[in-house]
Amino acid sequence: MTVEISLGYDKEYVSKFSAGLNEPEWMKTLRLDALQQAERLPMPKPDKTKIDRWNFTKFTHDLRGEKMESLAELPDQIKNFIDQDKAEQNLMIQRDQRPAYASLSKSLKDKGVIFTDMKTAVNENSDLVEKYYMKDGIQVDEHRLTALHAALMNGGVFVYVPENVQVEEPLQAIFWQEDPEAALFNHVIVVADKNSSVTYVENYISHNKEDEEAVTNILTEVFAHDNAKVSFGAVDNLGAGTTTYVNRRGVADRDAKIEWALGQMNDGYTISENYTYLMGENSLGDAKTVSVGRGNQKQNFTARIVHYGKASEGYILQHGVMKDKATAIFNGIGKIEHGASKSNAEQESRVLMLSKDARGDANPILLIDEDDVTAGHAASVGRVDPMQLFYLMSRGMSQKEAERLVIHGFLAPVVNQLPIEAVKEQLTQVIEGKVN
Amino acid sequence: MAGSTLEIKNLHVAIEGEEILTGVNLTINGGEFHAVMGPNGTGKSTLASAIMGHPKYEITEGEVYIDGKDVLEMEVDERAQAGLFLAMQYPSEISGVTNSDFLRSSINARREEGDEISLMKFIKEMDGTMDLLEMDKNMAQRYLNEGFSGGEKKRNEILQLMMLKPAIAILDEIDSGLDIDALKVVSKGINQMRDDNFGCLIITHYQRLLNYITPDKVHVMMKGRIVKSGGPELAQRLEDEGYDWIKQELGIEDETVGQKA
Repeated sequence: MTVEISLGYDKEYVSKFSAGLNEPEWMKTLRLDALQQAERLPMPKPDKTKIDRWNFTKFTHDLRGEKMESLAELPDQIKNFIDQDKAEQNLMIQRDQRPAYASLSKSLKDKGVIFTDMKTAVNENSDLVEKYYMKDGIQVDEHRLTALHAALMNGGVFVYVPENVQVEEPLQAIFWQEDPEAALFNHVIVVADKNSSVTYVENYISHNKEDEEAVTNILTEVFAHDNAKVSFGAVDNLGAGTTTYVNRRGVADRDAKIEWALGQMNDGYTISENYTYLMGENSLGDAKTVSVGRGNQKQNFTARIVHYGKASEGYILQHGVMKDKATAIFNGIGKIEHGASKSNAEQESRVLMLSKDARGDANPILLIDEDDVTAGHAASVGRVDPMQLFYLMSRGMSQKEAERLVIHGFLAPVVNQLPIEAVKEQLTQVIEGKVN
Repeated sequence: MAGSTLEIKNLHVAIEGEEILTGVNLTINGGEFHAVMGPNGTGKSTLASAIMGHPKYEITEGEVYIDGKDVLEMEVDERAQAGLFLAMQYPSEISGVTNSDFLRSSINARREEGDEISLMKFIKEMDGTMDLLEMDKNMAQRYLNEGFSGGEKKRNEILQLMMLKPAIAILDEIDSGLDIDALKVVSKGINQMRDDNFGCLIITHYQRLLNYITPDKVHVMMKGRIVKSGGPELAQRLEDEGYDWIKQELGIEDETVGQKA
């Protein structure tokens, strides 16, 4: 069914939706509270991007994606994101918010690793999910979209790695929006308990055209407990008609590390927020992002690392290419709270514009409430150098090919540093598709 | 007749409204090496860049043909496809693109889809050419011209020349900033190209390059056009006596054109 979400929308619908999933009481209560809050809370206000006319409310919410027996049933556009040569896949595919395929190696299961869809986790691991769900990461009442998300969450993944377990092979989740009007209210939680480590890679994929309007409202919470390490990779690849709000947030305890490798390759309007809270002493947050904008896209990217723990380290590196009439704002924010002495906040943002109608803006911000720290930032916004194109074309390359090389070159310093090999490959492939 | 022919007829070129070339006439055939010499600011490099289609230069009058095809109607890449090559005085640096990827893309740009050069053949050819030019092998994997010394950039231009094998090459001050050893190496590369199918226009400020590469014809540029042409002996006389005798002979007081380039 299609729901028009407006102020004063349907409590009954949410109750019914929750009941239909046999959700525990706490989740139902959380949804209904959130729904009430959504009515009074304001929309988020991303810096320098007006979103009041973006579609966050017109979508199909209750979805019925079909199950698949084998990966062979996937269309090629999705298969390309999977390494099919692997003997053992730790893979989850969600098709229009229904779990369609899932596999996890036996050895990981035996070690107590949980890698399951959110609906199952809410039922089978209720206490564990409740402990993390919108508590210390993202709050329900941050703004209307977080509240709306909490009320209408309809999919996602839950990952839990127990103490002292090292997950060597990456876990991969694919969120495939097949119905061109489907709404992804996706919630992802990744928990790495003490002294554990895990690499998680996710892909959001849809192929809807500009006039096929869809909405995603994605919240992701990553927890790295003492001395744990999470490498989180994502290649977002949603179609031109999808308006996206994605908020990925990490919380790192003592000696913990969270590394983000984000390929922000959506074709539609996008707000992407990536926050890392460095709570513990000697914790580390590292955010690397690559973006390509094209068409009439408007996008706003924020990478924010907040230091609470002493001697914590935060690194932000974002490179973006804007083509056609695409617009993007890149905010890089390093915040060192009082007491986080010996901390270091570094950031770099670079934007390359390929056409005269493309717009890019980089805002490096350092907010520091402690004396004994180090910090640095670099930012640049520029157009493609006509001499570079002349040079390349004088060797026989077409303008398109020359631009392709320049874009690859511009993004390479980030792509080459991404800590996850699978993301590197996927990203190279998606960039190829976007620049041609 | 073997090889290609580049014809430049009454070429006038302006930059930001100011005329720099004031009517250049020159024909280069396959098998011929031409040297264009002249003091600074006389329009030599403008000639090189304008033929290749540099975005800053505006052709105000004249014609350029390669094998009868109108070069001025072509995009930059089409000029390269037609057989032209420009070794640049100041090649661009392109971060993130390895020298080897760039070279392979350039070679494949001249080939049909499905007929790309095989990786093995490419590597073999590049290795051999780099050896000849006494280039460090790691330069293949370095980003294009980024952090290259002046001499490394020049060698890299000649590496491209030798790998791309154009019909007509224009070498813009390929000798500037080279020490004598590097000059010999670069000359060796250029001389290796010499055959009936290859024509070359060497633009130089100094005669010393011509000690290693013997031109068939030598042209002197002043005031934005060719004022004197001759054989190799003309270069020798310029080396011995400088340019003043030509200025006197032609009654030129200031040989430069436009603002000092």
